[in-house]
Amino acid sequence: MNSLSVLHLTGIRDLTPADIEMIFKTADSFKDVINRPIKKVPSLRDITIANLFFENSTRTRLSFELAAKRLSADVVNFTASNSSVKKGETLIDTVNNILSMKVDMVVIRHASPGAARFLTKHIPAKVINAGDGTHEHPTQALLDAYSIREKLGSVEGKKVAIIGDILHSRVALSNIYCLQKLGAEVMVCGPSTLIPKYIDSLNVKVSHNLLEALQWCDVANMLRIQLERQDIAYFPSLKDYAAQFGLSQELLDGLDKKIVIMHPGPINRGVEIASEVADGEQSIILNQVENGVAIRMAVIYLLASQIER
Amino acid sequence: MDKQVILDAQQFDLTLTRLCHELIEQHSDFSNTVLIGLQPRGIHVVKRLRDKLSKILEISPICGNLDITFYRDDFRRREKPIIPSVTNIDFSIENKQVILIDDVLFTGRTIRSGLDALLTFGRPTMVQLLVLIDRRFNRDLPIQADYIGKSVDTLHDEKVKVSWFEVDGEDKVELYMKDSNE
Repeated sequence: MNSLSVLHLTGIRDLTPADIEMIFKTADSFKDVINRPIKKVPSLRDITIANLFFENSTRTRLSFELAAKRLSADVVNFTASNSSVKKGETLIDTVNNILSMKVDMVVIRHASPGAARFLTKHIPAKVINAGDGTHEHPTQALLDAYSIREKLGSVEGKKVAIIGDILHSRVALSNIYCLQKLGAEVMVCGPSTLIPKYIDSLNVKVSHNLLEALQWCDVANMLRIQLERQDIAYFPSLKDYAAQFGLSQELLDGLDKKIVIMHPGPINRGVEIASEVADGEQSIILNQVENGVAIRMAVIYLLASQIER
Repeated sequence: MDKQVILDAQQFDLTLTRLCHELIEQHSDFSNTVLIGLQPRGIHVVKRLRDKLSKILEISPICGNLDITFYRDDFRRREKPIIPSVTNIDFSIENKQVILIDDVLFTGRTIRSGLDALLTFGRPTMVQLLVLIDRRFNRDLPIQADYIGKSVDTLHDEKVKVSWFEVDGEDKVELYMKDSNE
């Protein structure tokens, strides 16, 4: 096996454990590269990548752009806020227009679940999903699992609690798929209004008590409350949420073990996580960001190697 | 097609010993010289040279391994993606004399990639090339070695295989046609 089993990266669900392992191995090499004085390799000199962001993003877009540039690919950026989308153009028209400018790969973030998969059926370019609504965010899950592997040696057998707004989180779904494929145990924790109705079908533990989740896990992945996706009130107030599900230093110090703290960002300090925890020694939040570039380089590199000239 | 042995175990050892002395002639005590082997097969040459040099000089020269996967010019022209090996250069090559080392010099394309990869680590004062086998008259690029174990004249579709005791159970160099049952 020397090639990914998929032609696009639309979700973790399509990947095999061997695919994930190959991405990790390739990312190891790229992590090495981005810590050299010259952080760039010439592999993708002849590739052009379009970053299509129909939803806001800072970290992910920057990370994808840096990853592409460090592989020497050319990058064009597109954000919906200042585009013809506002003038009524359809998704396929937008993308086809960009493709006629000879783009080889499309990185797409879109508010509609399935947007990335939809594109794979209609355009000839490689597609990478950078988040489709509340569905999947595969590169985030890969970098989260990669960061756990780096910190704890392996993912297999580890207990990971995903805490917060599970209902609106694409990070949660992708993480569950990814961690389970790598042999980890997963628990989701949050107010019952923010746990999806069909969570049972994912074969994860469910808890509504933060302390219980923390006592159980080796790694706690804290998620942001996605107020922009919440059309009704799922809990009384942010203050109330922070009191029940916010991770404080006292809670961490009260545990009989040192767990690893993760957060996919952006952080709402004082809501789901206290400042001192986010900046504390158990937090690997900034390692996650660094690993994000290496993981995205690996995904782009492996998919680009399938393009025939 | 029969295999033709270019170097047997004894000649193999003599050749490596001679290369060591050629290196010592130019780099004396290796105080400002480092050896860098190209992955995946050049690293075996480096290991042997280091062992021999440390016996002769009683000091061990600084050695590293360099992977050139991301610098190749045939990326995507091959059937399968190439999964990289480990780069292991945990020292500065700034103002050092670097000896780049590989087992076989053929078209010169690997060495070209190797030079690109090497220069991302810093600016050496000098780079020299050492190869165990030089397949003369097969170059695609103007690249020549400074230290050569043995030069051989080969056809383009012949293959040179270097076997190592550590991995293949025997030290030897063979020449055979690509389509023989190997």
